[in-house]
Formats: sequence, C-alpha cells, structure tokens
Amino acid sequence: MPSIKKPPVAHPSLQPNTLGLSLRDYEGAMSTLCAGCGHDSVTAALVRTFFELNVAPHMVAKLSGIGCSSKTPTYFLTGAHGFNSAHGRMPALASGAAAANRDLTIVGISGDGDSLSIGLGQLCHALRRNVRMLYLIENNGVYGLTKGQFSASSDVGSRSKKGEKNLQRPIDPVLLGLSLGASFIARGFSGDKQQLVALLKAALSHRGFALVDVLSPCVTFNDHEGSTKSYKHTRAHRLTVVETDFVPPAQEVTAQQEPGTTLSVTLHDGSTVRLSRVPEDYDPRDRSKVFSWLEAHQHRGEIPTGLLFLDEAHGDMHQMASTVERRLHDLPFEELCPGSAALEAFQKDYH
Amino acid sequence: MSGINNFAFKLANVNGTGSASANGLLMQAIFRMGIPVSGKNLFPSNIQGLPTWYEVRVNGEGHTARTPDFDLMVAMNAETYGRDIAEVVPGGYVLYDSTWPLDAQLKRADVTLLGVPFARLCTEHFAESRERILMKNIVYVGTLAALLDIDMATVHQMLEEKFERKPRLKDSNRKAIELGYRYAREHLDCELPFGLKAMDATADKILIDGNTATALGCLYAGATVAAWYPITPATSVMDAFKSLCQRFRRDPVTGKNRYAILQAEDELAAIGMVLGAAWAGARTFTSTAGPGVSLMGELLGLGYYAEVPAVVFDVQRTGPSTGMPTRTQQGDLLACAYASHGDTKHVLLFPCDPEECFYFAVKAFDLAERFQTPVFVLSDLDIGMNDWAVKRLKWDDSYQPDRGKVLSAAELDALKKYYRYWPENEDAVAARSLPGVSSKGAYFARGSGHNKYGGYTELPSEYQEVVDRLARKHRRAARAVPAPVIHRTPGARFGIVSLGGCDGAVREALGLLKQRGFLADYLRVRAFPFDERVEGFLSSHDVNFVVEQNRDGQLRTLLLAETSVEKRRLKSVRVYGGFPLSARDVVEGITAKLAAERQAEREAHQEE
Repeated sequence: MPSIKKPPVAHPSLQPNTLGLSLRDYEGAMSTLCAGCGHDSVTAALVRTFFELNVAPHMVAKLSGIGCSSKTPTYFLTGAHGFNSAHGRMPALASGAAAANRDLTIVGISGDGDSLSIGLGQLCHALRRNVRMLYLIENNGVYGLTKGQFSASSDVGSRSKKGEKNLQRPIDPVLLGLSLGASFIARGFSGDKQQLVALLKAALSHRGFALVDVLSPCVTFNDHEGSTKSYKHTRAHRLTVVETDFVPPAQEVTAQQEPGTTLSVTLHDGSTVRLSRVPEDYDPRDRSKVFSWLEAHQHRGEIPTGLLFLDEAHGDMHQMASTVERRLHDLPFEELCPGSAALEAFQKDYH
Repeated sequence: MSGINNFAFKLANVNGTGSASANGLLMQAIFRMGIPVSGKNLFPSNIQGLPTWYEVRVNGEGHTARTPDFDLMVAMNAETYGRDIAEVVPGGYVLYDSTWPLDAQLKRADVTLLGVPFARLCTEHFAESRERILMKNIVYVGTLAALLDIDMATVHQMLEEKFERKPRLKDSNRKAIELGYRYAREHLDCELPFGLKAMDATADKILIDGNTATALGCLYAGATVAAWYPITPATSVMDAFKSLCQRFRRDPVTGKNRYAILQAEDELAAIGMVLGAAWAGARTFTSTAGPGVSLMGELLGLGYYAEVPAVVFDVQRTGPSTGMPTRTQQGDLLACAYASHGDTKHVLLFPCDPEECFYFAVKAFDLAERFQTPVFVLSDLDIGMNDWAVKRLKWDDSYQPDRGKVLSAAELDALKKYYRYWPENEDAVAARSLPGVSSKGAYFARGSGHNKYGGYTELPSEYQEVVDRLARKHRRAARAVPAPVIHRTPGARFGIVSLGGCDGAVREALGLLKQRGFLADYLRVRAFPFDERVEGFLSSHDVNFVVEQNRDGQLRTLLLAETSVEKRRLKSVRVYGGFPLSARDVVEGITAKLAAERQAEREAHQEE
C-alpha cells in the first residue's frame, strides 16, 4: 500500500487495553498490497479485534498459505509468530500447531483460491476435525497474484476484467461449511469494519473451527462493472441477516431484549453473542433452516452477512481426541517415556 | 545341506482363512525352543480369497535371511498346488490335504508326498462351518509338530497364554492340534532328514516386527503428535503407536491422553500437520510408504527450507506408482534423499532390522530437532511387517531428548534482537523460538525466499547465503548420524556395500563366497549424508559390489553423486522382484558379475 510509514510512537489519545498495550502494538509491517485492497481493511479489523479482546500477541499463531490474502499475516501482530506455508496447506499446519499447543490462539488467513481450489480438501477436513481456530477467507473471486483468473468463488455470469464471462458454478464457503457441519459460520464485508470486528470477536471466542468468509474486493482485477465481487455490487446487494453484538465475559448484557427478534448465545469462554433483528423465519442454531434460507436469498442475488450459524455444543479436536488439558509440546519427558523397566516387561509378550 | 535345525518350509494358504495366526504360532514355538528362526509373510494386496504364503527358515547358525530353497511345502491351497510343489528342493516333502486326491500330473518322482485329510478331520470333529475352515490350519500345526519334532509342551503353553480369556477357543485349538499330531503319528512316516532340536540361542532375543519396534521408539523418544494416512505397509506403525499410547500415555488421574494422533485426509495434510506441530514445538512424526512420500514432496521442501524438524518413517514397498503394495523393495532412496523441487537434501537413516528400527527412531527425533530439518527413517515391508528374532531392546534411563537449540523467554529477553537464522552454531544451525513463549521471539517462517534474519528476500546474495548454509548443515549431519558398520576379512580383494534389510543375506553370502575363495570386506551404510569412512572404504577397493533391492541401483547412484569415488569401482548387484533378499541372490549376483567381467577381459585381450 503506497502510503507513508506510521511513526513508532503511539498517539497520546490512544488508550491502552488491559494489558497496557496500545492499538499500535497490534499492528504489523507495512502492507505491500494495492492501494484500496479489501484485505487491508480486514487487517485493520483484526488489529482492532485483538486489541479490544486484550489478547497477548505472543499467544497468537498466524498461519497462511499462498496468495495476496496469505501475505496479510505480516501486516498485523508483529509480536506473534507467523507461518507463511504452501498454497492450500495452511489448514494442515494449523491443525498440527493446535494439536501441539492448545493454548495458542490460531488464526488462519486464506483466500478463495487458497481455500476453495487448491486447498479445498484441507479446508473441509480441518473443519470436520473442528480445530479451534479462526479460519478467515478473504474472498474476492479472483486470482490476484497471477493477475486476474477466475477463482472457484466467481459467480456465474460475473465478468473478468478482460470481459470474459464465468460459466462454472461457484463454491460458496458458507453453504459448504453448513453442509460439512461447521460449528461457527459468519460472512462479513471488508467495507463494514464495525460488523467485521464483532464477527471476529465472536469467532475468536468460539471453541472450535470458526469459518469467517469476508467479501474483500480486489481493486486491481475484480472491481469493475460486471463483477459480482466489486465494492459497488457488494454494497448494493448486501443483506445484514442478523446484527451481531459481542459482549466479553466480564461485561453484563444490558441491552433490552425484544422477544422474537433478539437472541443471546453464551460461548464457552463466558462471553456472549447477542444477535438482534433476526428475521422471523431465521434461526442461526438450526442448520437446515439456515441452509434453505440462505440459498433462497442468495438465489435472488442477495449477499447475506452476519453471524449466520452457531453450534456451541460440538466438541473441538482436542475434546474428540481426549487429550490432557495441557500443552502436548512441552509435557515433561518423564511423563512421556515409560522407562527401562516397562520396556523389559513389555518384551515378555514378544518371547 | 538340510538337517537338524537347518531347513526351510513354506506354507501355502488362502488369505482370510486364519492361516496367519497358525503360522505365527509355529514360528513362535520354534523360537521358544531356543532355535534361530525367521518368518516371511508373502501376502496379496487383498482381504480374502487369494493365495498367500508364509516361509519359515530354521538355522542353528543364526542365518535368518530369506531362503528360496524349501525342504517342505505345506500345500493348503489347491489353486497353487502346481507352482508350490515345483518349488520344493529335490528330495523334499509336500504335505497336502488328502481329503481329495491329488492330480497325478502334480506328482514329482523326487519329492515325497505326505497326505493328511485336513478337511475331513475338521468336518468330522467340528460343527460350525467357520470353525471347520479356521481349524484346518491348526490341525496342520499339529501335524508339523509331529513331523518336525516341535516341543508339544511349548505349543500347549502358548495356547494357554494366547487363549487365556477364551477357554472355548483354547479347547478347539488344543483339539485341532491333537488331531493333526495323532494322525501324523498313526499314518505317516515321521522320520524326515531334517527337524528340530532344542537349543539355547534365543534366550536374550525377542520376536518382533519393525513397525512395532518403530512405534516403541517413537513412544520412548517422547513423540506427542503423530499424523498419518493409512497405507500398506506402514499402517501398523501407527496402529502400534496408538495401542502403546493407550497403555503408557494415559494420565493416571484424568485418564486423558498425553498424545494426539491425527488421521489426515491424505499425506499432503499428514506432513503439513507434522510441520505445524513441530513449528509449535512438539516431537512429531508421520509414517508412510512410497506413494505417500511422493505426495509429501511439496511440504518436505518447506520443512527443509523453513528448517522445521520432522520425522518421516518410510516403510518402503515396490514402486513405481501403486506398484506391489505387499511386496518389499528399497526403491525410495533417491526420492527421499532429494525429496521436493529445487535444491533439497535430506537426512536418511537405514535400519537393518527391528532392533535398529527402535534405536534409529529415537535417533531420528534427536537429529531432526538438533539439525532442524526433516529426517527419514527408511525401513521396508520385510523389516516392518515380518517378525524378526532380534536382541532384546534396552533403554538407558539417563537418556534425555536432544531438543536442539530452542530459546526460552528469559534467553530471548536477554537478546538485543532475535533473528531466526542467525547466528549459526557449529552444526550450521541457528536457535529456534516457539510460538507462545515471547513476542521477542516472533518471526515469520516461510517457504519463500528469505535472508538469514528470516525476512523476505529476492536478493541473490541474501538468498544464497541461506541455501549455502543449508548445504553446510547437511554435511555436518554426516558426523552425527549412525556410523557405517564395517566387517574386514583378512586378504580381501573386494568390497561389498549394502544397506538396510539386505544385511542378513549379505552376511550369510560373505561366508558362502569365502568357501569359494572369494574374500570380501563388507560395509553397511546406515545413513545419508555419508560418513567419510564410506568414501574411504570404497576407495580402498578396486571393485565394490553395491547390493541393494531396486532396479536402478539407487544406493550406487547416491554414492557416486555424494562421494568422489570413481564410477568404475562400483559394480551393482540388484534384486528387486519384491521378495526379501536371499544369500543365494547375493552370491549368484556377484559371481555372475565377476564372470561377466572376466569374459569381457578375455575378449579385450583377444582383440589386442
């Protein structure tokens, strides 16, 4: 992003969070993406989210694959470890990291090429495994780094910059997630930071695989007339299904609850997601209802956004594997090695 | 010459009929009589109905490599009678099911036929149809006990142990064995020119397969995260690891697991999980075979370049492609040595039997973490899935894992600034920092071009500085890997070089060659990169025979590429049909090479 580098000193008006860190402490290196790229807005929302959730940067692990989206982990949380892995392989690396150290907050950043084409299998299986992580797809319907090919999320009839029309049906990560049994599914828009921050906070508090599809337009290759992933098209067709409000554990839920239209869900860490203006015929806890509702609305060309589905009852990878509630990677060796006497006894069965 | 405690027999069965447990029982009984024995299971890639064979070799001198010469054939599969009977040595015996008459065409004048009506005996004495099929195998165990002088007390003791909690099964097994034993005693001439006599050569040994030994090594090394995709012949590594963990890695208070085994969607994901877990600090591994290694290629390069420790157990089977999944080979040497695109070089260990599988598994984790790189342990189907009599495994309780240089929060705080790939130590390795420890240690692991500080680069000098260090690091590992094993023979003119599961056959062949006046030194390569002693050995012999189990002489190629030895010094002996190597293969291979050379020399002289 061709702009000037920010000064290292925080502005005095910036309030520190409970860890004594300022918003600036959650930023990263200068973005090298195009000016106006949707991904930079997502980065800003992530910075805001981690700051407001008072997350210690070193407890976050940022992982990505390859592509424009996969560059973004460099642009936030300099104080967190990052792994820019291989194209489409981030879900496997994230699964391994989560298995080794359950205390890490795992953040996977991917794109529509990385997740819906080369890495589709890995996305599906990390989701089935219910790895506790934020899985964020910066979805722009186009291959940016290789200059403008259609991606698997390109809509039928959407035109490329060169005027070519896409004829293949798209893979919708939200409907995919629903059918595969994802426990948390949201869709946001890089142009609506307030909504995105609320969604990201809820996603990071979810105990399981939190799939967040973010429409994040590519200003260079997919922001023209005829594209269904442009800023203009997204703004014109976006539909906020539910208003999402995130309330951290310590805070009390104070807002008036209007019966029928407001819904509160308590997450495992004690925080609450308050969903308001929920349509009468919509229930974010009912998988099949959500599926048919979204399909019907998307068929009309609408782009529903918000926290679309939530299932807090499903166990995550560690629960399913019944692992000890400690970090596996630094368990004391004495607890892992049975020792010489046990080996001697074991071999009795082999004589 | 065959004789007491020196013979081989082969059991020809139909798979899925329960023959495996009967054959295992036979081998274990001989082992318990204190006699060196080995069993090779030649099974089809199938669940039920196809021919399957089990070969047992008894050798009082301790030679337990495969032999292709069978003194006795237990022909239980009518479909393969022809080729089975043809395999018996002249003067040998065939034990067959005489419930039905044997086709006159199959009879051989130089082979004695021993008929036992196995099917009829079972029909008369067992009621259920499944039991009648299963017990046929146990009946022939009884017959063989009579023919070969297997100690019946030992057999009964084993049945007691095996069916301790299944009294009904114990009774039918006991009955079946008695049936076979009694029938033989009453109807057959049991005086064969070979048989068993108790010895005391296995007291300090165990009978174990390499995959179980590998899993034990992983358990003892403290591995906590394993990721895999099912594949023959590596599956039993993870099966064994799981059952060991269920036994030894449960928290005594909570009952929760001190390990995680992730069954991945494919090998691409399996190695990805290993890299993710290793990056986060776990001791972690995957087990696979050739097709899996091909899929893992992409991320093995990432592990190499981003310097992430990983242990890969490749239980080799025959390639290329799907190949023969239930046949053995050493065909992945080059695929593993240089796995992935670009300039990559990996560390490989070559265990020769289950005993080394155990020790090398532990070593592999130490090497991977010390050198921050993927390490392969290449066994094969023969080592991995067959039971071998090996020395009892020992564990040194003073062992502490070498986790390599990993910085603590305090160490990171003491630094002015942390860089991932600088400064390097004497191994050409820089200190790691793990996520979740300190912001001071935060860095970006990446498979893209990076400089020694860990930053992205596209500058030639910065890029080369890092990949040159990686080459240096690989060379340094030569001093840390298991050293070659060298056997010297006074007056030897030739060298023999081999690796892995060829060892038993080569050592036996050395003795046979010596009888023919061919004296050779023997070096067994146990790892790549090669120790300097490997090159020294090769250079000190004008002719070295490189014995290996693949078509293209991959070890020879690797030796030529990675040492400065001249091509003319290395002759190739290759056996790659899929069965374990025999001493006869080695002897015939070397003598044929020598004869061909002499012929060539003679022709060269004539031309002059």
